[in-house]
Amino acid sequence: MSILGFFNRKRSAPVARDRLQVLLAHERALSGRTDLAAVLREEILAVIARHIPIDGDKVVVRLDRSDQVSTLEIDIEMPEDVLAAG
Amino acid sequence: MSKVMVVTSGKGGVGKTTSSAALGAALAQAGQNVVVVDFDVGLRNLDLVMGAERRVVFDLVNVVQGDAKLPQALIRDKRLETLSLLPASQTRDKDALTEDGVGRVIDELRERFDWIICDSPAGIEKGATLAMRFADVAVVVTNPEVSSVRDSDRIIGMLDSKTQRAEDGGRMEKHLLLTRYDAARAARGEMMKVEDVLEILAIPLLGIVLESPDVLTASNLGSPVTLHNPASPAARAYADASRRLLGEEVVVRPPEERRGFMSRLFGRRAAA
Repeated sequence: MSILGFFNRKRSAPVARDRLQVLLAHERALSGRTDLAAVLREEILAVIARHIPIDGDKVVVRLDRSDQVSTLEIDIEMPEDVLAAG
Repeated sequence: MSKVMVVTSGKGGVGKTTSSAALGAALAQAGQNVVVVDFDVGLRNLDLVMGAERRVVFDLVNVVQGDAKLPQALIRDKRLETLSLLPASQTRDKDALTEDGVGRVIDELRERFDWIICDSPAGIEKGATLAMRFADVAVVVTNPEVSSVRDSDRIIGMLDSKTQRAEDGGRMEKHLLLTRYDAARAARGEMMKVEDVLEILAIPLLGIVLESPDVLTASNLGSPVTLHNPASPAARAYADASRRLLGEEVVVRPPEERRGFMSRLFGRRAAA
């Protein structure tokens, strides 16, 4: 195992948290439990997909929920060639 | 006014039965009249965890089907006279329960007890839906682990749609009980933190029960942990949770890190 691997190995909890947030937002939407953030995420992704091909691995979606404010953060990596073609 | 409380989780092995026994005993220790009902028909275990496995004569299915009267099936705890158990059947399956039958038994229990704790089986099938069907309060038992959190989310959705209270337009009171938590691993980023799980599931926290040998020892001996070792961190967590259920304002104790070999080694050196 590389030195980098040794340090990365430990921080798996944030990955679990982020995977769950994305998955549950999706599952709640399917079961009819309204989740505005999840709906927004799906629709924003659909709009972007109309203009540029999105690689699933290059899209990072984060949902942060709290009592007062919820934030939706979408980070999409757009390769140079896609931008040039557009 | 009696309360029907379901202890549920979706996923198996997270601590529903242990928590049902411990919360039931803690409420009884606080002077409440409590019955814990095992809904896991075919795979009963609450009797074993509560040390009453040799005293079972009649069970929930017998009462639902009218083969026995409720007092014949109730087992009073030998240590706490305000605590009773209604065991599940070991030889039948969950189809032996009917909604009408369970409703009648719950109504009869409401006349005798302050708290009716329904220990749900794992899964989302009939046994689990009947255990939650007549509940006023739900305790969702969750481990800080992805599959448990996902299943808890599903169960929360069912509590809000498939219970009698939800169908009548009422609001189901839901509480999160985080079990098998390891504060040291959470601090190192190896396990989801309390806040992570709370943010995802978005229901109020009833308590944090640390992964601990006291819980296993208590079930080995057939005694709820709050009775067997009241001073243990797990028993204190359950006792605090029961006080919250009774409406007291009790601050959730921040879980103490169990110190590993390295920190003990270095801690001792620093002290020397």
